[in-house]
Amino acid sequence: MIKINNLDFAYKNTQVFKNISLEFQKGNIYGLLGENGVGKTTLLKLICGLQKPQHGSVTVDGLTPSMRQPELLQNVYFLPEEVITEDTTPEKFIQKIGCFYPRYDFALFNKLMGELEVDLSKKFNELSHGQKKKALLACAMSLQTDYLFLDEPTNGLDIPSKALFRQVISRYCSNETTIIISTHQVKDVENLIDPIVILDKDDVLMNASFAEITDKIYFEYGPERIQNAYYTEMLPGGYINVMPNTEHLESNVNIEALFNAVMKNKETIKNLMK
Amino acid sequence: MDFNGHKPIYLQIYDHVCERILSGEFRSGDRVMSVRELGVELGVNPNTIMRAFERLQMKEIIATKRGIGFYVCDDAKEKILSEQKKEFLENEIPEFLKKMELYGITIEEVMNMFSLRSKM
Repeated sequence: MIKINNLDFAYKNTQVFKNISLEFQKGNIYGLLGENGVGKTTLLKLICGLQKPQHGSVTVDGLTPSMRQPELLQNVYFLPEEVITEDTTPEKFIQKIGCFYPRYDFALFNKLMGELEVDLSKKFNELSHGQKKKALLACAMSLQTDYLFLDEPTNGLDIPSKALFRQVISRYCSNETTIIISTHQVKDVENLIDPIVILDKDDVLMNASFAEITDKIYFEYGPERIQNAYYTEMLPGGYINVMPNTEHLESNVNIEALFNAVMKNKETIKNLMK
Repeated sequence: MDFNGHKPIYLQIYDHVCERILSGEFRSGDRVMSVRELGVELGVNPNTIMRAFERLQMKEIIATKRGIGFYVCDDAKEKILSEQKKEFLENEIPEFLKKMELYGITIEEVMNMFSLRSKM
């Protein structure tokens, strides 16, 4: 489990987190959402020990990532958004770093490269952006760490690759794994991410599963705009209205509409979900 | 599988498994695919699949056996059909009647169509 307690973090003069607390439970695929610059990547860096909290604590299975103990690092992998352009093949790259991860499986790497249809003979700098992303994903997943953090993993993937991405991530997920996917492309990871974490400047606005969300919030698809809804948007064929679930109805979460509803009613929804 | 926007995904997956039982792909006593297999096939969060399977278990459409996993219950087909019938009578028929009224369609017209259809 990942525990973040009363965390403060700032880059020089820019405050990123002020006294935030949240937990990530194993067995889940978290979707980490937030507007540009709210600190999604910074949070992932804090969890994997690439940044150090200025106040408060971050622990992963009771260990402190910034102490960088091999015991923890061998069980964590962070795939950043920026794509490396090393003058080497993915195969050589994974053989180089694989030795640091006890469950690393070269056969799995080859299988994933095949499934994701990446050319094995090419070097990173000869692959297209999307191909590089897929090669790095195959590398990351072949390490089989319990903690896997992906920053904007679907950027640059073509349409068939996005479906493949959802399939391989679903397969990776087990009772022991904690996967966090930071993304703006919520459509790409629809039906994959649950729970949803929404970050705001200095704050966490939501950390809830779909079941918890739909228990409190109702997503109504209908012919008209409903007054007093948290958020309303016109869709082809009608409106989506995000409103309090006062009558205990079941509905389907529309992540984009949820995000917009939370942004427009920060305190109200934060209190509602407590 | 295409998901629609209105119904919770776990209920859509519940329906999807029911359809596969009705179509005969999974027969009584057969092992159904595991939560993991279906999750991978659909590219859906395994926890969502689990929620659908819990409902299928609650409705006694599937059950679990140690070492085997989930299998289809004896009268699963009948249970699904009777549930769908109930749903049809409670939700679709009232909607149908409302539309008849709106468009001014008489019961005789419908009866006529019904008897023509049964002659075919």
